[in-house]
Amino acid sequence: MSEKIKRYLGEEVKAEEIKEGKIPIEKFKPKAKYAWSAGIAISKFLEELKKGRIIASTCSKCGRIMVPPRIYCELCFKPTDGWTYVKDTGTINTFSASYLAADATRLKEPIIVAIIDLDGASEGMGIIHKIGEVEDWKQLKIGMKVEAVWKPPEEREGAITDIKYFKPVKEAATL
Amino acid sequence: MYGKKRVAIVGAGLTLFRRRLKETGKELAYEAAKMALDAAGLELRDIQSVVMGTAPDAFDGVHMKGEYLADGAGAYHKPYTRVFVGGGTGVFTPLAGWWHIASGQFDTCLVVCEEKMSSCYPHPQYAFTTIFDPILERPIGMNLIWIFALEMQRYMHKHNIKKEHIALVSVKNKGNALDHPCAQLAARITVDDVLNSEIMAWPVQRLDVSPTSDGGAALVLVSEDVAKEITDNPVWIDGVGWCIDSTHWTNRDLYYPDYVEYAARMAYKMAGIKNPPKEIDVAEPYDPFDYKELHHMEGLLLCKKGEAPKLTAEGVTQRDGDLPINPSGGLLGVGNPIAAAGLMKVCEIFWQLRGEAGKRQIPGDPRTGIAQAWGDLMQYGSVIVLRR
Repeated sequence: MSEKIKRYLGEEVKAEEIKEGKIPIEKFKPKAKYAWSAGIAISKFLEELKKGRIIASTCSKCGRIMVPPRIYCELCFKPTDGWTYVKDTGTINTFSASYLAADATRLKEPIIVAIIDLDGASEGMGIIHKIGEVEDWKQLKIGMKVEAVWKPPEEREGAITDIKYFKPVKEAATL
Repeated sequence: MYGKKRVAIVGAGLTLFRRRLKETGKELAYEAAKMALDAAGLELRDIQSVVMGTAPDAFDGVHMKGEYLADGAGAYHKPYTRVFVGGGTGVFTPLAGWWHIASGQFDTCLVVCEEKMSSCYPHPQYAFTTIFDPILERPIGMNLIWIFALEMQRYMHKHNIKKEHIALVSVKNKGNALDHPCAQLAARITVDDVLNSEIMAWPVQRLDVSPTSDGGAALVLVSEDVAKEITDNPVWIDGVGWCIDSTHWTNRDLYYPDYVEYAARMAYKMAGIKNPPKEIDVAEPYDPFDYKELHHMEGLLLCKKGEAPKLTAEGVTQRDGDLPINPSGGLLGVGNPIAAAGLMKVCEIFWQLRGEAGKRQIPGDPRTGIAQAWGDLMQYGSVIVLRR
């Protein structure tokens, strides 16, 4: 604020004033619902997840093996021209232990989430997912090897949650 | 010269930043816009075009928010547009104002940013969950703080940075904000306060994060011809840059913001800046989290990769240091009404270069300053270079 300006506008409202009904407010809950198209590439990805496999798309120009797959290479700006399976194992690129739920309410037990660089995909091709079967998140490290834990085939529905979570692989884990 | 006309800032306005203000978004836009016009000594009839910046409609629960806010922004019967690039909006809006005039189409442009996050009740956090991919990300239960925690963790890992070095940014900015009359979270705190604050999503703790806020900010932009008529101390927009990275954010190495570097290089080239740390006297990089100030100092080429924590520890980034960073108090101290927070940074550089920043004034007669904002899915950079 400039020292030339002597008065700054804005009337603060305290949370108590709302609770006590001193401030008139209107409330509204939106009822909008959506049915999203998964898309050409991700539909295939989801169908493969249902079969317990992770599929990537490839670009013959830049040579990248891409997960999540896409039908165009955003770098070369041309159609991708192949499909290939990658492994359901990978490396933790980065992780977090969240004590916040999606609506910012507090959790007693944290959700552990990580970007996992999948084996067989190009370097740095990560997906976001949860990490499970870990007693203490403080023992997690970037670079740790992890593997997918799948839902049983009869429970899969063609969704990213067909993988329940990733867990540290036994050799590397002292958890 | 870039564009057909050189562009000057001749007035700035700002409201209080608070968790919840009684004013509507329209009223906040009006208060900031009117203050900027008064500061410039102009009236609405002098204004030929208006650019509005405001973040997701979901906060207000009003779709087509640009139109909703138009009257408050002074747009009645004028060429008007709303721009929106997520958190990058606050610095992008004056860039859009710049091209309105630099194109030769207009001689004056009123630039207004507003955010009223408190409308999303009880907490705006939930509105953020709708920014994620509906097929692959939302089923995981995504939360906005997560993605920054993932980025912060990657940055710390790559350069072996300790949390106590990052916490110094929060200590500095909340302290700087004590001298800002609009500040929401000014405080004298210690590194231990930050390290002992509630863990939100490790490594992000409560005092690493800026608050949600309501607030408004505005600038008056004019062509060189008009500036010479109405003021003896214009501040020139000498560089503009903006850039977006891939939306496949899990396919990028989050330790370094390439897109900020590209935006900065574009702006520096236009301003003729070859050695940023030497030629820039003051900077307001985007600091919604303490690590982001460091991350952005590096992206803005103000220091080498991984070197920002060291400069902070040495006091270089204090108001009386060699390279003052966020003398306003930043988003961590002043508050984070998204689009208005970014424009607040441009206002601060404007006042610093005019020597009007009062208790916050940095020493040494600054002549060149930059402001930067950042947004979308950790992928957007907007940079402005101002000179006296």
